[in-house]
Order: sequence, then C-alpha cells, then structure tokens
Amino acid sequence: MGRVELDNGIEVEGLVREYKKGPRAVDGIDISVAPGEIYGFLGPNGAGKSTTVHVLTTLLPPTTGTARVGGYDVVKHGPKVRGLIGVALQEAALDPLLTGRDHLRLQATLQGVRKDQRAARADELLRRVGLADAADRKVAGYSGGMKRRLDLALALVHSPRVLFLDEPTTGLDPQSRTALWEEVSLLRREDGVTVFLTTQYLEEADVLADRVGIIDQGKIVAEGTPADLKAEIGRPSVHAIPLREDDRPRIAEFLARFGEPLASSRDVAVRLREGLGLTDIVRAVDQNGVDVADLELRAPTLDDVFLAKTGRTLEGAAEEAEVAQPEKRR
Amino acid sequence: MSTWPQVGAIARRSVLRTSRQPASVIPPLIFPIALMAVNAGGLRSSTDLPGFPTTSFLAFALAVPFIQGALFSTMNAGTDLARDVQTGFINRLSLTALRDWALLTGQLAGVVVLGIVQVVFYLLVGLAAGVRFESGPAGIAVLLVYGAIVSLAFGALGAWLAFRTGSGETIQALFPVLFVFLFISSMNTPRNLIGVDWFRVAATLNPVSYMIECVRSLIITGWDLQALALGFGFVIVLGIASLMLASRSLRTRMTRT
Repeated sequence: MGRVELDNGIEVEGLVREYKKGPRAVDGIDISVAPGEIYGFLGPNGAGKSTTVHVLTTLLPPTTGTARVGGYDVVKHGPKVRGLIGVALQEAALDPLLTGRDHLRLQATLQGVRKDQRAARADELLRRVGLADAADRKVAGYSGGMKRRLDLALALVHSPRVLFLDEPTTGLDPQSRTALWEEVSLLRREDGVTVFLTTQYLEEADVLADRVGIIDQGKIVAEGTPADLKAEIGRPSVHAIPLREDDRPRIAEFLARFGEPLASSRDVAVRLREGLGLTDIVRAVDQNGVDVADLELRAPTLDDVFLAKTGRTLEGAAEEAEVAQPEKRR
Repeated sequence: MSTWPQVGAIARRSVLRTSRQPASVIPPLIFPIALMAVNAGGLRSSTDLPGFPTTSFLAFALAVPFIQGALFSTMNAGTDLARDVQTGFINRLSLTALRDWALLTGQLAGVVVLGIVQVVFYLLVGLAAGVRFESGPAGIAVLLVYGAIVSLAFGALGAWLAFRTGSGETIQALFPVLFVFLFISSMNTPRNLIGVDWFRVAATLNPVSYMIECVRSLIITGWDLQALALGFGFVIVLGIASLMLASRSLRTRMTRT
C-alpha cells in the first residue's frame, strides 16, 4: 500500500498488541489524528499508551490491526515512517558521556541531514530549546528538564512532519513543563507538525491537546476535544471533607440524596443531579447539622471523564497498575 | 543515503565515549604492562631452561599484553553496547535510518581504533625496554594488523554478549572467565616446556595460546609461517563466528518493522 491522502496524519484501526505471557497491552483501538493536530493520549501507567507509541513508531509490530503514519503503513513501510517522524520516548535515553552538541551531530548524521547543514541545524535547535550555553557540556551534568529539551531537539533534527512525545514532561518542574508545552504549541503553529502526545497529567492534555483520547486497560474509553468530553459529563460534583473521619459514612449517606456517589479516597463526593447547586447542599448541611471541614463545588475535569467511563480516578488507576503491573515481554 | 557516514558517526561516538572514561582507557594500557613487568621480574630464570626460545623473558612476555588488551576491548565494547540496551539508547538508534550492520561496524571500528592505540603503546613500551623485534619493521606492521584483527574479533565477541544479555553487569561478570583462557595458555611458558600434563594439554587446546605464539613469533623468532597461520587462523575464525552471532543477536535486539 502506498501513501494515502493524509500526509501528516495518523490512522489506526483495530490495533491490538499482546505481550507473551501477558494481557493485551493494547486491545483493539481506533485513532484518527488529523494533520497539524495535537492529539493527547491520556491514561494511567500501564494503560497501553507507550505500547501504542512503540507500535506507531515502528519499534513494535502490532499483533493485529493496522496503523498508518503520514500515509505509510507502519509494518510494511517501517523505514519510510521512521523518515518522517520524530520521537521522544518516555526514557530520554541520552548518553551521559556525550555533550548536547555531540548528540545532535550524531542524530543528524544518522537521520541523513546533509553534512554541510549539520552544524547549523545543531546550533539552531540548541538555541530553540534553550541549551546553547550548555551545548558543549556532558549530558551527565544536565538537569531533568535539560535532558527533556535535548530529547525534543533530537527528535526535531530532521524536521519531522509527525512528532511522537511519550510522557515528555513526567518528572519535570512546573517551569520546565510550561516551557516544553510552549515549544510543542509553537511547532504545531509555525511548522504544522502533527503531535501525538501521551500523558498521565490531566492539565497537560487539557492545555495542550486539540483532542484527547482516554485509554484504560488497552481500550479507548473516551475521545473528543477536552471541552466536549467535559460537557459530556455535564454536571458539576460536590466534594465534602468530613470534620471527623467517623462522620464519613453519615455524610456519604446524606450527600447521596443530591446525586450519584463518586469514588474518592480523599473526600466524599457526588455528581449533582440536574438543577441542583452548591447553595442547595449548603442549606441542607446547615439544616441537618452535618459537620464538614470543607465543601467544594468542582466543574467537570478530564479526571471526571475518566471516572465516569471507568469507575476509577486516574490516580487510583495508576496505583492499581503499579501493584499489578505484569511482566512485559516482546 | 550512504551508510558509511553512519559507520563513521557510530565509530566516533565509540572512541569519544571510551576516551572520556579514564577507567576504560588507563587499565587496558597499564594493567597488562604491569603484569608483564611482574612476570618478567619473577620468571626471568625461566630463560635458563633448556630449549627456552629466547634469553630475554621480557621479549617472551611482551606478546601477552597484546591479547590481554584485546580482552579489555571485549569488556569495553560489550559494556558500552549493553548500556545502550539498558538505557534505551538502542531504541533511539533504531528510530533513525541507521542500518543494523552499520551500528555493529561502527562500534567495532571504534574498538579497533582503540585496539591499535593499545598495540602502539605496548610496542613503544617494549622498544623502550630494549626488546628487539626479530621480524623487523615489516613484522611490526604485521603486528599492528594482527592487533586490529584481534580487537575486532574480541570486540565482536563482546558485542554478541551485549546484545544477547543486554546487561553490562553480566559482561563484567564474564570478564574473569575470559581471563581464565589467558592463564591456561602458553603465556608464561612455551607449551613444550610445560611440565604438568593437564596444563600442557589445556594450553594446547586453548586458541589463546596460538594467538600469543603468533605475536611472540614476530618478536623473538622472526617469520614463523606456522605460528602466523595458526594465530591468524584462530582469530579470524573467532572473528567470523563472533560477528555472525553478534549480527543475529543485534537483529533481535533492534526490533523494528
């Protein structure tokens, strides 16, 4: 199969990836990412995000299903796909003994950048990601944020049309995170790069992505723009923190009169029924002499979307995954 | 796109990496020479044995660092590649247009460059200590070629172990095992003068003996075609076998569609 119309897009149909002696890491997902779109792939640890990225970037063959990147089938045209994508995997995988400039020089050569353009390209990217001053320092002395920025520069060395970023901001401080978000936005805005971004941070998906796919246990449980997904949930939730831990069951029973209970380890929460507001709850709390330390009305978040679709919070799902992470084998 | 720039880039990285790790550069230079000096001092009287091929034990022992240095090459090449597997750097390389064989060739080219640096160092130490090369300048040239082939063969062995195990710790644990081959060879005594039967048989069956004797012949004998043929033969066979195994393991390790 040759190229199709979507030059910079990503098309995935019925993708399955099974590991030996393990469950299906990816279980029949369909994804369509338009050229120039930032697609956020949101899910807890172990949900199948990285496996999907490994398949789309040709590092793993799918068990069944098809995937095309930039119009090329990832199985049949692996080298073509690799030529048009830039990838920053979850582990930055840099050589601590090489400098930032050494890395860019190596990457430029391996990606086929012309010899007379390599030095200029390296300088341009080092400036772009704010590493010009650290270019000739060994990576062993870089901070986590600097490593991530270098990783991004390496992914961009051959001017890719599609960029895969696998949890690019995990472990970064807020300042570095914001800087990376700005850079990704700029890439889309100025260069028209399609971005496939995995993340476990709700805020990241909310701020950065045009559309979000939420994955859990290998399946996509929701997909749409962040605004549409939250609108789907529609109603706000009320969260009460009991004054005394013993009061928790009584408060839960009381709040259940106002909506559907939500699973939460930190507080007692309900999704409010249509037409009810915080004032109704406050009035009832007052009239019934219920003691609460704090009462909060929250607009729907992507975590609420996840909760509504899976019955768990993202945080809870991540903890479960850590406990029951199966051994993955190729 | 031509593959040779890729080979050059990987080789450059290999040399850069090693040159920036004093622990990878200094021991392969100093340790074999130190061991040779100790042996040359302690075993000098061996030259009094009837049939000992030279009156200078230093000249006799100078062959050993060439092979011992190559064993360090095995460990360095293997540990570097295993670290690439462990850290995911190999995935970074897999995502480029790099061809499998270019990675292996580039990595080994770097090992060969460093191997030649080691050989030159051992040669200079030998010459400075007064060792006379019976095969002359041509023999020294052959020695450099042989050193390159030995580094390539042992480097390929290290690469195979790295791709197979993916563990730098395993490579380092195997290093003493490789050293056993060195010690049960003719490194300190000519095979025909080894008095203990089992040791003489083990040394005769051990290919490392023939590699040492190949180098030794160029230093103390001159042009011994049988020693050269056996030395080159064994190392070429080891090299081809190691390269085939390393290539196969690399294909498995560099999984991509």
